[in-house]
Amino acid sequence: MRATSTAFKENATQALADARLQKALVFTRPAFPTRRAAAVAQLPEFEQLRDIARDIKDHTLANLDFYLESWADKVERSGGQVHWCSTPDDARAAVLAICQRVGARTVTKGKSMISEELAINEHLEQHGITPVETDLGEYILQLRKEPPSHIIAPAFHLNREDWEQSFRASHTDLPPDRVFADRRDLLAEARAELRARFLAADVGITGANFLIAETGSSVIVTNEGNGDLTQTLPRVHIVLASLEKVVPTLEDACTLLRLLARSASGQDMSVYTTFSTGTRRPGELDGPDEYHVVLIDNGRSNMLGSPFQPMLRCIRCAACLNHCPVYFTVGGHSYGWVYPGPMGAVLTPSLIGVDQAGHLPNASTFCGKCESVCPVKIPLPDLMRHWREREFERHLPSLTTRAGLGVWGWFARRPMAYRLLTRAAAWGLARLGRRRGRLSSLPLAGGWTGGRDLPAPEGDTFFARYARARRAGPI
Amino acid sequence: MSREAILGAIRRSLGRGAVPRDLAIGLQARLHAHPRHLIPARSRLPRPQQVALFLRNVEKEFGTVARVPAAAAVPAAIAGYLAAQNLPSSFVMAPHPELRAIPWPASPLLRIREGRAAPTDLVSVQHGYAAVAETGTLMLPGTPDRPTTLNLLADTAIVVLRASRIRGALEDAWDLLRAEWRDDRTGGFMPRNVMLVTGPSRSADIEFTLELGAHGPRRLHVVLIDDDPPAVE
Ligand code: SF4
Repeated sequence: MRATSTAFKENATQALADARLQKALVFTRPAFPTRRAAAVAQLPEFEQLRDIARDIKDHTLANLDFYLESWADKVERSGGQVHWCSTPDDARAAVLAICQRVGARTVTKGKSMISEELAINEHLEQHGITPVETDLGEYILQLRKEPPSHIIAPAFHLNREDWEQSFRASHTDLPPDRVFADRRDLLAEARAELRARFLAADVGITGANFLIAETGSSVIVTNEGNGDLTQTLPRVHIVLASLEKVVPTLEDACTLLRLLARSASGQDMSVYTTFSTGTRRPGELDGPDEYHVVLIDNGRSNMLGSPFQPMLRCIRCAACLNHCPVYFTVGGHSYGWVYPGPMGAVLTPSLIGVDQAGHLPNASTFCGKCESVCPVKIPLPDLMRHWREREFERHLPSLTTRAGLGVWGWFARRPMAYRLLTRAAAWGLARLGRRRGRLSSLPLAGGWTGGRDLPAPEGDTFFARYARARRAGPI
Repeated sequence: MSREAILGAIRRSLGRGAVPRDLAIGLQARLHAHPRHLIPARSRLPRPQQVALFLRNVEKEFGTVARVPAAAAVPAAIAGYLAAQNLPSSFVMAPHPELRAIPWPASPLLRIREGRAAPTDLVSVQHGYAAVAETGTLMLPGTPDRPTTLNLLADTAIVVLRASRIRGALEDAWDLLRAEWRDDRTGGFMPRNVMLVTGPSRSADIEFTLELGAHGPRRLHVVLIDDDPPAVE
């Protein structure tokens, strides 16, 4: 996927003006947090499990080479093959070589973010192989040639009319006057179309939520069952996995699974959690004859030992997106690459460079909600701040931003001047907004007040109140 | 070679060489002992309540349940369910010894085919290996007598499960597999495929609204055989 993260501001401006997108965002926004909260409330141990999950991931990352070797050894013993790939080019070549060797014409795919990272579909198409996305959300996006806008609900920005229109345009062998009375009809049509694809595919490509060192298994988690059909029906199963997916044992995976679905969709457990270990055994009626894992680094080994190492704990649950006020204002496409929201703001600069994605860590109010819901306790705001510092050191921000920060810095180092200025500002704004208690426009801040009002200060600064309270008694 | 390049990059970033021998022994021991972490208290219940929790969770996840006193009652339970759902009385069944041992009536009304599922099968009957009360989850390892396609292709999936195979937590179900299954190829306990199934297939991809029956079964029906006296209140 080509990155347009440098155009974050333009993307966001467009997104704000897109009435249909805004409708979808407003509609979905409350649902995610409500569902997660309900699931978490049912599990009193949830907070403790977050600490344990963080420790499991930290332990694994500190010994990543050991666990990867143990895992790879088990994969090979169970009849599978590991393809170690440092770069996206290596990975694309490995996938293509397998597909070409077995003479594949069509490839079905389970949902995988790493596949977006590698832009595997474009690569296969260029070589005459047809990839078919089978997750419903990914399927419609493929028909519409759009990238996903969310890491677990890739097409939530579309409405029913969009689905209907795309199905009519793509499924041209069906009667054009057919009626879609409700969502079920859309689902039934997609199911029938994709069934045929599942049965015809020569190769199935899935991602992996986890790799298990103890057993050499790859694990996928889905609700639809498309990933399972993808890895069960074709003769060849290829898994795409980045190297931080490995965990030591099944018990470690159990703990992470207790957090994953609850954090993601508010389910206790997703419908299908499936462990694949090697190829079909003798006497078995189902399963592939070949099992390949394309293991991808793509910049992750550089994050180890750096301040960004904690980001490798991420289990891609999307809770940080789902609770992010910025994400739910500008939508996923604004971020311009595979990973949106707070996790994307930290990960994207690591993977494609801060010069490409320097805007993303700035797209945060630092409200801290993301960190408070992250199941593996990644300090997302802190990591975004690290990127902001690096961006500043490399003189990447615009002259206006740098000048503004310079002015602020001058006052911040001179407390007396700072207090004088803020006192004057608080007094002035309070007078301006006296009647309504809020201000709907401000000089020099039209962009900010375009989408919201500024609550008018009550006339005092924080310092003044703090000092008054101190004098009145202990706080 | 790529493998060495990646391992080398990891070690450089971590600021060390290969894991030293004594540490490697410790890590190997952790893999070997596979220690458990905190297990939620919710499934730590007396037997009858544990089984009840399992059934409640299956229903919470949009599955349905029929409880029968013995294996001999399974055919009638399945025939009754299929009739109630207006489904044909023919199905594809796992070639599992426990299912074969069930006294299926020689009635022409119940047509049974053994094997893997074909795309045309409307109903499948699978053998339930074990289950997890904590989340209402079925553990279905793919073995020669438990084909994976039976979990996926039919519109209606029926799973026959013995109550004595219900465990509290997910870790307990893995322990069963660890103890009971030997994989000839690896000497380990993992077959090619282990599915943990919690309810029927679903999707919320269209307008964020839940619909059942996305790619897998639209209905999941558990026929529970009460073979566990302490589990019956
Ligand atoms: S950063 Fe945390 S909350 Fe965000 S997707 Fe990753 S694990 Fe989930």
